[in-house]
Amino acid sequence: MAGLAPGVQRRGMVRGRKWPFHLGLTATALIIAFPLLYAALIATQNNPEIFSFRVTPGTALRSNFEAVWVNRDFAGAMWNTVQMSFYVTAGKTVLSLLAGLAFVYFKFRGKWIVFFFVLVTLMMPTEVMILAMFRMVSGFGWQDTMTALVAPFLASATGAFLFRQHFANLPGELLEASQIDGASPIKFLTKVLIPISWNVIAALSVIQFVYTWNMFLWPSLIIRDEARQVVQVSLQTLTNIDGALTYGPLMLAAIIASIPPAIVFLLLQKRFMSGFAIGQDK
Amino acid sequence: MLIIGLVGAALVGPLYTWRNSDTVSVRRFGIASAVAVAGAAVSPIAMGQCGFAAEATGVDALFAYGLMAGGALLALMALQALFDRADGKVKESTAMAGEIRTGGYRMGWWVPWLLLSPTLIILLVFLYRPAVETFTLSTQLTRLGAPKSVDVCFSNFTEVLIDNPFKLVLYPLLAIGAVYGARFWTRRSLPGSASHRAAGVASVAAMLSVFVALYAMFSPGGGGQIAYRPIYINTVIISVGIVALGMIGGLAVAYLAFRDIRGGTLYRTLLIWPYAISPAVAGVLFFMIFDPTAGVFTHVMDSWFGIDVPNYREHAVLAQGAIILASAWKILGYNILFYLAGLQTVPIDQIEAAVIDGASAWQRFTKIVLPALSPITFFLLVTNLTYAFFEVYATIDFMTKGAPAGKTSVAIYEIIRVGVNNGDLGRGAAQSVLLFIAVIGVTLWQFRTSGSRVSYGGA
Repeated sequence: MAGLAPGVQRRGMVRGRKWPFHLGLTATALIIAFPLLYAALIATQNNPEIFSFRVTPGTALRSNFEAVWVNRDFAGAMWNTVQMSFYVTAGKTVLSLLAGLAFVYFKFRGKWIVFFFVLVTLMMPTEVMILAMFRMVSGFGWQDTMTALVAPFLASATGAFLFRQHFANLPGELLEASQIDGASPIKFLTKVLIPISWNVIAALSVIQFVYTWNMFLWPSLIIRDEARQVVQVSLQTLTNIDGALTYGPLMLAAIIASIPPAIVFLLLQKRFMSGFAIGQDK
Repeated sequence: MLIIGLVGAALVGPLYTWRNSDTVSVRRFGIASAVAVAGAAVSPIAMGQCGFAAEATGVDALFAYGLMAGGALLALMALQALFDRADGKVKESTAMAGEIRTGGYRMGWWVPWLLLSPTLIILLVFLYRPAVETFTLSTQLTRLGAPKSVDVCFSNFTEVLIDNPFKLVLYPLLAIGAVYGARFWTRRSLPGSASHRAAGVASVAAMLSVFVALYAMFSPGGGGQIAYRPIYINTVIISVGIVALGMIGGLAVAYLAFRDIRGGTLYRTLLIWPYAISPAVAGVLFFMIFDPTAGVFTHVMDSWFGIDVPNYREHAVLAQGAIILASAWKILGYNILFYLAGLQTVPIDQIEAAVIDGASAWQRFTKIVLPALSPITFFLLVTNLTYAFFEVYATIDFMTKGAPAGKTSVAIYEIIRVGVNNGDLGRGAAQSVLLFIAVIGVTLWQFRTSGSRVSYGGA
């Protein structure tokens, strides 16, 4: 049992043979990747090639792409989804920052009532009231509009509490210094708080962007016009092309629909993880 | 009949305050009595005492009393919060953790309200208002798009339950009794004794009895009732399957991947990326794999093993298994992510000490690693359950659309089928209320348990 001295032994360091771990991790990564790799293979094939169960790339990638991108205007659906995800993510972040600022740096009567008002919404998922919301938003005349996709999701208790907790853990001197300079709350937020909060902002943004991009139920109810639909629901129209099920275009579309959230996730992965460690602090 | 409920509330109010308040006075008893009566009166006023109408059944009266009791209890809890503040009993450390600091801005009272107003308005319009409307709709017979509606009292609820008021009271009481009995037993017995271990088994059995009680309360159909019991069973099977598979798999992979090893960061990225995949895409990918004619699963089973797999969309167990597998695969990355973060907090010195004491790898895992991970496990349990309740909708819609014969129709899928596809808003809203109650139950259980049972050892 050599090498137990503190500081020398790194956390979870593997002693002895390492290849079983490499083998295990590679195998696990492959198993997890299998559905996607398989879909990538199918995306290059046409139906006869699929039914002959070839394991080599097929010849139909180009025509599959045309079926998806040109004939079905998947590009339009992608653009709708980009807009929706951007608006929701940006709006939620701004509103959560403002709420966190008010919770931490202001004293006001009735704060605890507001606190519980927001806290209670944590146990009110949109899905359990989706029928009433569908009727209400339809009543606003918002069917087939971007407003209907964005407005209901602009506020979040999770975001407000995340920033509240983060700001509360910052040193109080920040505010004092800013107050001596005579800065307004908004200036304090933009010049002091936001620059030192990028990790938390990134973590929240990744969660919100991925969540919004992947929304299915609400768009499928409130958007009936195919030209205004988001990608997750548009995938459904591809299960049927010219009266028959064509697998290639469907798989290709599923992969294309997953690229933006995957890029956001991978780009911000490091910040996401570190912002997350802060969020996990009790 | 109504009077009995109100008098009961008037008596319970002072009793509740007496049990929960530090300072008691005649004045407080009077206030509590009045508040309890007011709380109990809300639902009969809103619904016109329909539960006690001449043509109402015993189950209707049961609902009316239940709502009165719930209203009185909520009002009393709110009142108690006020009393506790007056007594200075509210622990600033819990509810308001860290947010009250020295200094702070001294500006007009409206400034913080202005900052909070966008959040509050959105929450009010798009969460609180539809929540209230869901309850209103659940007592009506309303068609989607039709302007008129008929009040039907509790019939949207009573028709999914068994038609026996006696059993409807007895079963939940038995389950609650079992849970509290097991808790009492656990507290009384000495930790480490045989009795304590038996009490642990009894606690699990008591938790299961809650599921059994609900099973017995939902109607199996027939006699003019709606068969909600199958939906309940589907929801339990698919939710438990997703949570169990996703969490056990996530922990196993994270335990393999958290070690310092060359290329560790790359491995971790390759393991957690399905987090970014949507439930809809997960449905599409597994739709392809399990497709009875073109899918690789059927082909490999047939040509390699000579097993003729039936079409999963026509086979209940296979269909549920396919949904569980697709959803567990999608949520696996999320669970790995959290368990990787959690494994960083495992006390390494305890593991080293256990190695010296000659503990086996399995003993180290169950005695040190698992307890240290319990806060993360608990957090994941709730988030995974939420996923299994709601996000699974898209996966089901792509893979089976509820087939075969509704065997993969879970609660949220049934809500949309009834409320939107059949246009029966009232019945759909009533089922939404049932799901709402389940979510509130899980959340309250989370609030109560976190902090007491979960280990927060370590740093």
